[in-house]
Parts: sequence; structure tokens; C-alpha cells
Amino acid sequence: MSATAETPHVGRSLRRKEDPRLITGRARYIDDIVLPGTLWAAIVRSPEAHATIVSIDGSAALARDGIHAFYTSEDMSDLGGPLPLAWAPPGVEVQNPEHWPLARGTVNHVGDPVAVVLGDDRYAVVDAAEDVIVEYDPLPAITDPEAALAGAPFVHESLGTNKVHEWSLAGGDLEAGFAEAEVTLERRIVNHRIAGAPIEPRGVLADYRAGAITLWTSTQVPHFVRLFTALLLGMSEERVRVIAPEVGGGFGAKLQVYGEEILSAWASRRTGRPVKWIETRTENMAVTHQGRDQIAQVKIGAKRDGTVTAFHVKILADLGAYNMLLTPLIPSLGAFVMGGCYKIPAVQTDITGVFTNKCPTDAIRGAGRPEATHMIELMMDQLAAELGIDRLELRRMNFIPPEDFPAAVATGVVYDSGNYAGSLDKLMEHVDMAEFRREQEELRAKGVHRGIGFSTYTEICGLAPSRITGPAGVGVGAGLWESAMVRVHNTGAVTVYTGTSPHGQGLETAFAQIVADKLGVDPQVVEVMHGDTATGPEGRGTYGSRSLANGGEAIARATDKVVAKAAKIVAHELEAAPEDIEVRGGKFSVKGSPDKGLTLAEVAGIAYIGAVPEGMEPGLEETMFNDPENFVFPFGAHACVVDVDADTGKVKVVRYVAVDDCGNPVNPMLIDGQVHGGIAFGIGQALYERIHYDEDGQLVTGTFVDYALPTAAELPSFETDRTVTPSPTNSMGVKGVGEAGTIAASAAVNNAVIDALRPLGVDFINMPLSPMRVWQAIEEAKG
Amino acid sequence: MSDPVPVSLTVNGVEHQLEVEPRRLLVHALRDDLGLTGTHVGCDTSNCGACTVHLDGKPVKSCTIFAVQAEGAEVTTVEGLGTESQLHAVQEAFWNDHGLQCGYCTPGMMMAAAGLLAENADPSEAEVRHALEGNLCRCTGYHNIVKAVLDAAKTKGPTIGAQS
Repeated sequence: MSATAETPHVGRSLRRKEDPRLITGRARYIDDIVLPGTLWAAIVRSPEAHATIVSIDGSAALARDGIHAFYTSEDMSDLGGPLPLAWAPPGVEVQNPEHWPLARGTVNHVGDPVAVVLGDDRYAVVDAAEDVIVEYDPLPAITDPEAALAGAPFVHESLGTNKVHEWSLAGGDLEAGFAEAEVTLERRIVNHRIAGAPIEPRGVLADYRAGAITLWTSTQVPHFVRLFTALLLGMSEERVRVIAPEVGGGFGAKLQVYGEEILSAWASRRTGRPVKWIETRTENMAVTHQGRDQIAQVKIGAKRDGTVTAFHVKILADLGAYNMLLTPLIPSLGAFVMGGCYKIPAVQTDITGVFTNKCPTDAIRGAGRPEATHMIELMMDQLAAELGIDRLELRRMNFIPPEDFPAAVATGVVYDSGNYAGSLDKLMEHVDMAEFRREQEELRAKGVHRGIGFSTYTEICGLAPSRITGPAGVGVGAGLWESAMVRVHNTGAVTVYTGTSPHGQGLETAFAQIVADKLGVDPQVVEVMHGDTATGPEGRGTYGSRSLANGGEAIARATDKVVAKAAKIVAHELEAAPEDIEVRGGKFSVKGSPDKGLTLAEVAGIAYIGAVPEGMEPGLEETMFNDPENFVFPFGAHACVVDVDADTGKVKVVRYVAVDDCGNPVNPMLIDGQVHGGIAFGIGQALYERIHYDEDGQLVTGTFVDYALPTAAELPSFETDRTVTPSPTNSMGVKGVGEAGTIAASAAVNNAVIDALRPLGVDFINMPLSPMRVWQAIEEAKG
Repeated sequence: MSDPVPVSLTVNGVEHQLEVEPRRLLVHALRDDLGLTGTHVGCDTSNCGACTVHLDGKPVKSCTIFAVQAEGAEVTTVEGLGTESQLHAVQEAFWNDHGLQCGYCTPGMMMAAAGLLAENADPSEAEVRHALEGNLCRCTGYHNIVKAVLDAAKTKGPTIGAQS
């Protein structure tokens, strides 16, 4: 049975099915949902970075009009356990202090929650929360991760150490690699702390009634939230329904099981009323998990001819005050692709996690992989300069060649497909280096320092397969597969249930395109349902550029099952063999006789209303759990042109060109959109954004006034192009693209700034490339 | 908490009489009192612009003014910009050009864009970028937003503006 539509929807830039509700203001985000009798929650948070809680007095708050309840951790002794860390790597000891929805005994970072006030009105509960008197006995604030590792004082006194864990991934003979090297370079590369900063902050609405709870929450992972809500509240899982409504961006910051989710659910059960908590931006900057924050000693070894022989990275990861869902795992995700696009015989990554009195880190767009790309790509430029080899030439001579794929690399993973030289060639079709150098010289004469930087990358994504991601592999306490259910209705309309949880990616459209082609229907009659644990099968959510390669593949294969059953029905009707049935021109017909055929509506009519062949179940609906054999490895080559004002240190991105390869495109418009946003995210980190704590552990960047997201005025329009190298990992040949832009961009920007500054004597500089830091580097180089 | 005071305002062409606390922000009056939840809140500091509406034809951040300050004013929200069957040129262009992903900043972004086009029917890319400086988007990198605004300008010419 073949299922080739005559005018396929896959591969076309269909405008999004999601958009009508979004552009008319009729979408329903968490704060738009109103339930009768709702109590608003306001959380009292620690202004101290590290302190013992001496006393908490909520009497004045409770005395206010309209305030119904006040709770501290003492009231929550019925909780089944602390908040989860889902990473238990085999053979690795991880220090894991208890982390509760409301602090018990001590607070460990600014914003740590200590009490909650519930009342009728969103303004009144904020007033009441300010009346809560908390007495703190300050403890030393630990903010420097290197000092924290050295010894006392400790974030968690009872542990007697600030070290969270040590984890290494090594492949090849590192010692031999460096012995063989004729040149060895070392750099200290800092990848500073950033925020995910979705424009919609988080929020929860919990509604406990008659032994069951419905929890609306702005999340990327409704099924994980359901599981842990059930476990921590001691409820049976089927009594907990979690709904991710319209979600206003995630970027990893909503891949979490948060204390406020558990607290709201608990408080609704305790009060018997719906409880709503909506995060303010100020809370978001202080308590929604953050990302990156690594200091790395990076060492590369090469022969004089440019052949890289060894790469060794020692990462100190500042994980903040607690382990959250995946906190200590995140740096490890980068380790698998630490060698980048290159054939390096020996690659080793040693990670040490450390506690500090800061907000915990966890997955933020790219999660470990932007850090890895940043390191290898900065080092390739540094090495090129040292050896006097053109930096693109150096990359080309070390690229894994196309004929090596699938390519087993030193880190132990197998890159599924790639053509790195191909994407760099394509990039250079857009960049005229001779013209650039001429321009650069001209501008330099006018006092403008222009630079160009490059970054080539491959990333590991499509998070699955469970054999590697699960407990027996790297140790995530959940296999990462994905599910789908495809239901054809009586009329031939189709509802698809996905276990992924899209929040802006456009998957309702992309998934509909896939299904429509296979069933010979219009994507407009394919509705994609997601984000509700009460509908559809168990799922794993949206993160790690996994939704298309896993969730889309699950949908494709569930649809194949539907097509197979439909073919049997049609074959029976037309007295043909099922293998001779194809979908053509919107009909299931016998090959060679396209006129005589049945539409999906007619097939569904037989499946539900008419007579199915003897021995066949009625109905037309199939489920699929897809657990692929491997990850997918998108790749590409990016170029960034910057102008640096040497007098002020200000950097401006004047041009950005990206060539990305994410396998076969399902909807090119959506791919470009993901790449654009990813690039802006990477430029944001490189130039503007930094979560900054002072020495006392006070959060300096607590609002959007101080934490500078790039605006339209800072960024140029981007130039994007593609190469297409299908993945052998799934039937559609697709790879993820949600993180690609971010993974490539920071290195391209950083290398561009270094290129601009070389004539001024600056040959290395770390992010964030703020005017002050760039200006200082220029001044220091003057001596 | 102080006693509520009366305020009358016209929102999307409909007159409303409200009793609100003097400190009540316009955005909360629109969202919580009038049920117009298309206008969003994304920050506490007037940086993100998700709450942008038109007040007497000009884009304003509705988290930065009190409801009582809108006494007697004409307010247009995204719900008044266009309807599903008759989209405003800016809405149509955002849809066509993939000018939105998660959609959260989108109503404010479109109101800011409509405000720009009402004043400048043929803006340059730099003018569009400058005009949208007060509206943050984390998904799109602004590329397709800027494209959409430029395209909306092309389709509608000089008469474009919020339909209130």
C-alpha cells in the first residue's frame, strides 16, 4: 500500500492553523481561565540569599478583609515528598538536598518561597503577603562557584560540601591525542547564566473537587506534572488531570515540575476551592529556573597541519541552590556533541556541579549543547589563528566527511547523517569574503571595527530513545519516546492526539500536514489535540527539539496503521488486494484505476456505520508509541557580521546568515521561524542578556529593566538557507530545529567580535560582550 | 485597599460603566472586569508591551495607566482590531508572514504596529524596528514581525488604522 498524495502538503509553507485564535485575542492562556469561587494565591518570598527562618507571622495578613488562608511548610506535612530530581545516573553520586514547595528551616536563594496567602482578590493577596512578618537569621551567601567548590561555607550545611556531582564522558585515548599534538591551546571559556524569559510568565489554576483535581498550568510537560502531582499529593494518577492551555512560550523554562504547581494543587485540596497563582515577571526572574552558567577549562591539541588530535573540556557548572527536575544532567547533554562536526580521535568532558545561593539552573533552549558548540567553535578559531590557517579551511579539513555517516564519534554516540562541508559551502555562497575584507578595511579607516565570525554545529536532539535516555542509559527516570493517537470520525474528519505539548512551534499545522497527505484529506479537517492528560495516550512533552522527530513520527506511524486498516476495508469493497490500494487524489483506490475509489469519509462510513470485513473490529482509530533507535543530529553553518565601536565597546550585529539542515522539511516557513527565534536567543545571550547576582547573592537583574532582552531595534533581518540531508532515524527523514539557531549563534557572534578586535590586539574575549567588557578588553590590550 | 470609584469608558465601541479601585490598572479592568483577555501582561515594568492597546487612537501600555485615567476615553483592544471574518490588515499580515509563534506578545505587537501605520503609512524597515522597540518577542527574533508590518503597509496604504 503506498500513500502518496498527488499534491503533498508536506514540504509546503502552509500558514498556521493556530493563528486565527491567536491574532484575534481569542486564545486561552492560563490567566484567561476563570473559575467560580477562585482564591488568588500570593507567595511570600525570601529577600535573603541564604538564611535560617526564625519565625513566620501571618496574623496581620489573615486579619485583612477577604483573606482566607495563610500556609507555611508546617501546614504541608502531608506532602508525599520533596520536589523531584528525575536524574539518577548509574554509578554517579549526586548530592540532592530536599527542596520543598515552601521552604523548611532555611532559605537558599532570593525568591525561595516561605509562605502563601490565599484570598478573593488578586490585588488584596499581594497587600496581605506584604503584611507577613518573617524573621531571618542570615547565613553566608555563596555566589562564586569556584570558591564554593574549594570548601566551607556550605549552601546546605548538612551535606558538608558544595559539590553536587562529578560526571565524565570520554572516548579515545586523550593522553595519546595530546602527545601526538604539536600545538596545544587552552582557554577559560565562560558561558554565563541566562533566563528563558518566555513573555508569558508561569501560572497555575488548581481545582480540587470530590477527590479529583484538574490543574491548568503553563507547562511544556503536562504528563510529568500529573505524575508528580499525584505522587506528592498521594493521589491516584487517574484522579489528576493536567491541562497545558495556550502556553506563551517556554524555552525550557516550563520544562519543570515547579513548587507552585504542587502548592496550588495542595492548597485547592486543603481549601476545597479553586486556587490561582499567576507569576509576576519579578518572580519569574528570581525563581523560574535559569540556564547555562558554566566555567570551562578547554584544551585542544592539533598537529601543525591543522589536524585536531584531542579535545578536553573541564566544566564547573554553577547549578544554583537545588536540583530541580534535570538540573545536574543539563551540562552532560553537551558532552555528547563536544567534538562538534569534527573527526577528533579523543574527546573528554569532565563535569563538576556545584551549589550556590542562586536560583537553580535546568534546561534552557539548547540545554548544554549551545555551551558545547560555543567551546569547540571558539577553539577552532583560536587554533586557526595560532596555526596561521584560514579558519574555514581548518574546519573543512577536520569535518567528518559525508561518506562516514552514520558516524560513530569519540563520545560514543552515532551521528545519524550529515554533510558539514555542504552546509559551509552553501553558507559561503551568501558570503563574499573578498568583498567583506575590502569593506572591513574601508570601515576601519573610518574608525569602525567590523568583524565576521563563523560557527558550524551539529546537535543531538529529538530527545529519545529510551534505551539511551532512560534509567539504564544516562539515567533519566523516564524513557523518552512519544505517543500519538489518530482518530478518523464518522464523516472522515480527523482528530490527532499527541503526547507532545507544543507552545508556539506550529505543530498543530505541521502534524496536520503529515496526516493529511497520508489520508488524502485537507489539513483543515485534521485537528491536533495536545496538552491535556485526560485525552489521548501518555506523553512526554515538548523540549529538546523532539516533537517532530518523535511525536511527528509517532503520528505518521499511527496514521500508517489507519491507512492499512482503511486499505483492507477498501480492498474488500472493491474486491482487490489490500497491497494494491493507494491514496491518490483524495481517494483510496486500486493502483491504475484512480477513478473508482473511496474517500476517507466513505471508508469511515463503512468503519463506523456500514459493515466492515468479517473478523475486523469496527472503528478507524490507531495508537502508536514511537521509540526510535537513535537521536537525530541537525547541523549547519552560520555567519555573523558585527560592528564594534572601539570608543564605547558597543557591538552591533549588522548581518546574520544561517544555513541549517534539519532533514526533510515539513513546513519551511515554520523552520525559518524557529531558526530566526533561535538566532535572536543566541545573539541575546552573547551581547545583551545576563542573570547577575552580586556578592551577597542579591539578584541585580530582577526585571526586564535590568535583564535586557534584544528588541527589534537591536537586531537585523536574518538571511536563512537550507541544505537537506534526511535522517535515517525516522520514516520521514526529519530532524528537530527548535534549538539549532541558539546552538549556533553565540559562537558566531563571539568569533565575529574577536575578528573585529584582533587589529586592536584583542585575540580572546568571553561573553557577555557588553559595551563595558568589550571596552575594557580594548583598553587592556593597549597596555 | 480604598473604596471603588466610578469610571466610564468606551471599549471597542461599547460604553462601559465600572466601579474600580483607584489603583486598578487599565489592563486588569479590561481583562478581569470586561473579560477582554486578548490583552496580556508579561512584565511589571512596562518593558514588554504585551498589554499595548489604543487609547484615543494612540498605542499605550495598559499596565502603565490606571483604569480611572481612561475616564471618557476610547479604548481599542485586539478584540476591536478586526474579527475572524474581517481581519485587520495587520492581523492578516501576521498570519500570512508567520509573524507569531506562541502568540503571547502578538496582540500588543499588532496594536503597536497598527498605531505606527496609522501615523506612517509607508515606514522603512528601520522605522518599523524603532516603533516596535517597546514590544518584546522571545519567539520570532522579530524577523517575520517586521516583514508582516511592512507587508500590511503595502496592502492597506495610507488609510490603515485601528477600527474602533
